[in-house]
Amino acid sequence: MEQLINWLANILENTSWWGLPADVSAAVIVWSVYGFILALVVAPMAMIVLTWLERKIIARIQDRIGPNRAGPFGLLQAVADAIKMLTKEDTTPAGADRVPFNIGPGLAAVAAILIYAVIPVAPGIVGTDLNIGIFYIVAVGSFGVLGILMAGWSSNNKYALLGAFRAVSQLVSYEIPMVLSLITIAVVAGSMSTVTIVDKQSWVNGGWYLIAMPVTFLLFFLSSVAEVGRSPFDLLEADSEIVAGFHVEYSGLKFGLFMIAEYVHALAVAALTATLFLGGWHGPFVTQLTASSPVAGAILGHIYFLLKVGVIVFILMWFRGTLPRFRIDQLLDFGWKFMTPVALLNLLVTAFVVKLFQPGVSTGMGYAISAGPLASFGGVGQTIALLIANLLVAFLVSLAVRAFARRSKAQALRAVAAVEN
Amino acid sequence: MAEQIVFFIFTILVLGGGIGIISTKNLYYSALFLSMTLSGMAGYFVLLNAGFLAAVQVVVYVGAIAILILFAIMLSRRMMTSSEPQTNRQTWLAAIVSPLLFIAILVLVLQVNWPVSSAAPTGDALILLGMSFLGSYVIPFEVISVLLLVALVGAIILARDTHTDTGREQ
Amino acid sequence: MTAIPLSWWVSVATALFVIGLYATLTRKNAIAVLIGLELMLNSANINFVAFNRYTTPNQVGGQIFAVFVIAIAAAEAAVALAIIIATYRRSATVDVEDIDSMKF
Repeated sequence: MEQLINWLANILENTSWWGLPADVSAAVIVWSVYGFILALVVAPMAMIVLTWLERKIIARIQDRIGPNRAGPFGLLQAVADAIKMLTKEDTTPAGADRVPFNIGPGLAAVAAILIYAVIPVAPGIVGTDLNIGIFYIVAVGSFGVLGILMAGWSSNNKYALLGAFRAVSQLVSYEIPMVLSLITIAVVAGSMSTVTIVDKQSWVNGGWYLIAMPVTFLLFFLSSVAEVGRSPFDLLEADSEIVAGFHVEYSGLKFGLFMIAEYVHALAVAALTATLFLGGWHGPFVTQLTASSPVAGAILGHIYFLLKVGVIVFILMWFRGTLPRFRIDQLLDFGWKFMTPVALLNLLVTAFVVKLFQPGVSTGMGYAISAGPLASFGGVGQTIALLIANLLVAFLVSLAVRAFARRSKAQALRAVAAVEN
Repeated sequence: MAEQIVFFIFTILVLGGGIGIISTKNLYYSALFLSMTLSGMAGYFVLLNAGFLAAVQVVVYVGAIAILILFAIMLSRRMMTSSEPQTNRQTWLAAIVSPLLFIAILVLVLQVNWPVSSAAPTGDALILLGMSFLGSYVIPFEVISVLLLVALVGAIILARDTHTDTGREQ
Repeated sequence: MTAIPLSWWVSVATALFVIGLYATLTRKNAIAVLIGLELMLNSANINFVAFNRYTTPNQVGGQIFAVFVIAIAAAEAAVALAIIIATYRRSATVDVEDIDSMKF
């Protein structure tokens, strides 16, 4: 085992461009490899659990029983589905562009899986701690859009093309509020690295960002639900309008890849929300336990992280079971005319508050930041100030929405009156 | 050695995509080859110790420009199916001039003995980049942001359909 | 420390520039011309970042210029595509040789 670790360390040490820290110790290597395995194997396998969970939860919401034939409680239903998918005939439409048609689903799935590389699941366990972590997440999302566009165009089907158009306009629109809320987090944490963001959410440093920034949380969560294309934003595959959108012509394994992409991406969003807002692996006793025994701390971190992810996943399914679908023009209006301005306002206010509480920094790299006037209140003070600022933003936004609603209602009433006269 | 192999892989992506762009007749393939080239460029930036730039490359080029070009191609797709040749009369001239230019530039550039520094980069390039953007390069940075806003407004005004009454095509 | 000589980067950048130039010169379709332009801008970016890395590894001037180039390319692509779409709507062509009237 020792030899194996040394061998691995040797390989990784000689390749500085892997983004690993310069002083690679054997423990770091092992945890990194474990993180990679987690990202590449466990995340896709989670899809099987998720499909079962989703069908069960939605069945309960709709007062049904849900799958209960395959295995106890229908647990093997997802396995049966997977076998069905694998054994189905893999068809290609006659007029399809073969090469892009085949690359599309793979690209979509890979883009979703790549997100896991930067999600820290427990203290010290992360695929790779990139200094541009959350920006990297935005970047790999672009490949998913490309895959959808390739699939929609190459299928040679008008519904697929319409679905691709819808998908791309939706994804590009909702990328903006998502990125703006990510920038807000980067401003507060002072870093784009996911590991640092989790570290900053310990209670000493001011606690979870959900408490400090509820508005940012809502903006991020809603726009990333739209980014995954799940209900109520599932316009890209609205089955009652455009059959199934961009993947209408796919069957067999390639269809399965799109399904994997969707579920893996949904899980990634849940994991990301837990990382950025719910404190990641933080929970009672994790830090103390990690200090005495890293393995026990890691296990406890896993448990807390999975619990948080589970809550978010449940909320996602709750959305799907209870909310009706947007119309495409409402969807784009909501993104451009509501989410984006609110995200911009929120970023401005947050940046102002953070500047007030900025602790003085001076490193040996030839730059220094002077301390803000309220720096002595520390992280907890900043959390309270951010919460107040966020509530203020929410209040202003609700005032603006109310004024707008009244005006449009008066307009509608006038129009009705004009018709009646 | 490992870096050289990675360099070759990305070179295949970049130059293969470039050759694909000029050799295919199908505009849609051209745009897909373009996104291949752009992804390879992101790999180059990682090799050159510019991770932030790699992410910018993917977000802006692959995620915005390539997608925008694909979108425009789809909107004007009657053009795609035209059977006439996609090249103009200058093709033969360009086919002679371009390789000559390549050789000329290469000969010139390879003769120069560039003052290469062997120092390894120290510190976090990301921090340096952030400090430079808000330090010595702050005015270009602000100008760029104004430029982007102007381009955004201008593009919306240009692309808006003024002829049809409701803009049904959008 | 790095195993790749600077001349490799310069060669690749030159090749990409010439490919972009060829695409720009020979294509009839305005969108294809735009694709060629993007290739040339990218080859400039390779040079900016490569020279930054090899001559001044501890400064980021080249990277900053590359970011500016990318931002300008984005603005340019947005405006150019808007013009192309508007032209296509009015005259149903995106052939740069047919778009020769100064006003509609």
